[in-house]
Amino acid sequence: MTLTKALMATSALTLAGSTAIADGHMADEMTIVSWGGAYSASQQAAYHDPYSENTGVTIINDESSNEAVAKLRAMNEAGNITWDVVDVVASDAIRLCDEGLALEIDADEQLAPGDDGSSASDDFGDLLVSDCFIPQIVYSTTAGYRTDMVGDTPPTSICAMFDLEAYPGMRSLEKRPINNMEWALLCDGVAKEDVYDVLETEEGQAQAFAKLDTIKDSVVWWSAGADTPQLLADGEVVMGTTYNGRLFSLIEEQDQPVAMLWDAQVFDLDGWIIPAGLSPEREARALDYIYFATDTQRLADQAKYISYGPARASSAPLVGQHATLGIDMAPHMPTDPANATNTFLYNYEWWADYRDDLDAKFQSWLAQ
Amino acid sequence: MAEQVLAADGTPLKASLNRALRRQKMRALVLILPLLLFILATFIYPIGQMLFRSVENGIVSETIPRTVVALDDWDTQENDLPPATVFDALAKDLAVAVELKEHTRLGSRLNYELSGISSLFRKTGRRVDDIGEIYTDQLVALDPAWEDPATWVTLMADPDWIAAQAAWDGEGDEPAFVVSATAIDMLPQTADIYADFARVIQSGDNDSPTEEEPWHIVSLALYQDLIASPSVDIPGPLAGLVSTAAAAAPSFETEDVIATFTDVDDDWQNPEVWETIYTYSPAYTNGYFLNAIDLQKTTDGIEWQPENEQVYLTLFLRTMIMSMTITISCILLGYPVAWMLANLPARKANLLMILVLLPFWTSLLVRTSAWKVLLQNQGVINDLLVWVGFIADDNRLALINNATGTVIAMTHILLPFMILPLYSVMQTIPISYLRAAKSLGATNWTAFWRVYFPQSVPGIGAGSILVFILSIGYYITPEIVGGTKGVFISNRIAYHISSSLNWGLAAALGAILLAIVLALYWAYDRIVGIDNVKLGG
Repeated sequence: MTLTKALMATSALTLAGSTAIADGHMADEMTIVSWGGAYSASQQAAYHDPYSENTGVTIINDESSNEAVAKLRAMNEAGNITWDVVDVVASDAIRLCDEGLALEIDADEQLAPGDDGSSASDDFGDLLVSDCFIPQIVYSTTAGYRTDMVGDTPPTSICAMFDLEAYPGMRSLEKRPINNMEWALLCDGVAKEDVYDVLETEEGQAQAFAKLDTIKDSVVWWSAGADTPQLLADGEVVMGTTYNGRLFSLIEEQDQPVAMLWDAQVFDLDGWIIPAGLSPEREARALDYIYFATDTQRLADQAKYISYGPARASSAPLVGQHATLGIDMAPHMPTDPANATNTFLYNYEWWADYRDDLDAKFQSWLAQ
Repeated sequence: MAEQVLAADGTPLKASLNRALRRQKMRALVLILPLLLFILATFIYPIGQMLFRSVENGIVSETIPRTVVALDDWDTQENDLPPATVFDALAKDLAVAVELKEHTRLGSRLNYELSGISSLFRKTGRRVDDIGEIYTDQLVALDPAWEDPATWVTLMADPDWIAAQAAWDGEGDEPAFVVSATAIDMLPQTADIYADFARVIQSGDNDSPTEEEPWHIVSLALYQDLIASPSVDIPGPLAGLVSTAAAAAPSFETEDVIATFTDVDDDWQNPEVWETIYTYSPAYTNGYFLNAIDLQKTTDGIEWQPENEQVYLTLFLRTMIMSMTITISCILLGYPVAWMLANLPARKANLLMILVLLPFWTSLLVRTSAWKVLLQNQGVINDLLVWVGFIADDNRLALINNATGTVIAMTHILLPFMILPLYSVMQTIPISYLRAAKSLGATNWTAFWRVYFPQSVPGIGAGSILVFILSIGYYITPEIVGGTKGVFISNRIAYHISSSLNWGLAAALGAILLAIVLALYWAYDRIVGIDNVKLGG
């Protein structure tokens, strides 16, 4: 592939100059990439501001997390990495690690031990799903419904999503197969532990699509996390799925007639990665930031601003009240025992394999 | 024969003229050179590089070169597994790829073609460094010298390299490893994999082969070499060591590499996995282009994708039809507005012009979101219609999250691109022509249709080309208001660029879209004539 190599080398050379300049003037700056909105605001308050105060480093926010993998790959090919720390969901972290685009982290060496004396790897436990991933929060994709549009029997199960008779009206679901296929099977009588085995077969996929077919005409498909809260607030849909933090702010901060339907919520993780190939000084600074921002107290602090559960076990007892509303945050966490009676854990490895295939089928199904 | 005309200096006039012209052309070229270079560097080159990905497939033959070569001899028609040599080759390739962390990348690439390969490569990668351990153990049991990195260096390295390495002062990089000609000649497989080992150790780990014990897979290669040529006679101090090993090799306990692979995952017994690797082993592939038009590459040739995975042809067709609908709506709405602008007194026309341009200066996202508020079920338009009594409350119009929504929002967004060229062309049509036609007895309609309209056609042409080409590539607006039936092919391209990371497929879809636009442009030129397009007076 000499031609490609030549092409890449040329672009790398062109960019080498700018890298040198960039490295020079960024001595006291670092670029942190995240999702924007209320989420970035919570990170700003809980991590960035105290870190800047302690170290004098200026933090530049970039809201590109939703296309972080594509952009990091492009930066890597161009040989010019402009990001220092990137906030991504776990599945993206696994992909970045797979592609060699993220730095591998030794949790016990490079992360703070827990406040309760436990080692970092014990404190994070199973949430360290990839060698490159430093977990930050546990969030869930779950459903909410309009309390004034469901009559006297509010839904208690995710299967209400598929029950047009009891709950007529539009519903909003994410425009991708992930989660929707699992819920369809669960509500079609497949046992929770068998879902992925069934979904692996052609018949199982057909079964899930057949279940989704029953509500297809009543679904608004969303692609941005803000869509469902908007649709619920406007009364466009009677129920819909989104990230639990979005529903929290809709219900508690904006006081809309909406309630949570925690049933069969799908847990997912969000956290940090450090891009591979940073200069040693920038890498050291990024690691220093990560060490600070993922310690027990900092993770608990973030929960003051947004209802996502801290990823460290040792942070849970420290979760307090909302910074402005003054309400207890613990009952709004997806991990709260009352909310987590029936949960689902996003199966990263399975979806890494079947994502391309099922997505093609899902898109074809949508277009029919 | 005609006599040649000569210039004043005696050279033929033709040649002299040519030379003068060429000089002029060169001068002109120098003038435009900065612009040309700028366009090449910032436009043509990146687009070319992106489009090149639609056929580029070097990742397979670069990551697992030995396997690709070994698979050449495999008969795919037999529907059997490939021979053990292929598994051996893959074990060696993976040992190298795992060290370089390239195997998962290849897994993701092949997973686009067959689900499950991604985790298959990841799982296998975790186990591959154990393959061959059994031979290392037996070699070491035979003579502990096999444990010493120095033994391997003496056996494998070129004497010049050993000398250069010994003279190296530890500053800068160690001299790049050179494998000896004797080793290549006598122990070809071992030399081959050892050279890779040394390269990886030196480049990836910044270590030296003189310090590191080779991977177990090197022992496997050595075992194979010794079995292949039992009477191998290595010159130099290691002759005894090697010939002892060669003598013992036939009685070694062996490892079944196929069984090891199968033990990691049953999928290695699945011929489909091997067929996929085989089909995608060439450095260039038409596979992405085939996928982009709902076809797929198999060992039996080209086939349609299963019906439940076909989507791209539908989307291409939909993109074309909807772009044309949007273009026609723009003509219908824009023509009267442009006519009014061109024929009103300047003061009023300027005010109207600002109204046309105002949305142009508003963010695209804001305008699209505003349409959402207007069009949704409980939105302004539906509320108004219910209030007036045109429609029943439980029978509200579905104006958004479908093709209607996309057409409405995009017509609004692209309307200025139609009005502006129309306006500038209409301004140049003297209004007196219409009066002249009417004074000669034409009705209003005839005067418009026979006299005015033909003169405005160049404006329609320019506006249509602009609107059509812009709308074909739109994706933000369809994504927000298009639901499932109103999304374009560009939405899929965006998905493959930023989410699935299947850049090859995205490039192929983009290349096809570009080809369609160029073909339509060419057809337009043939039918209407591009000279008839006017953007202004």
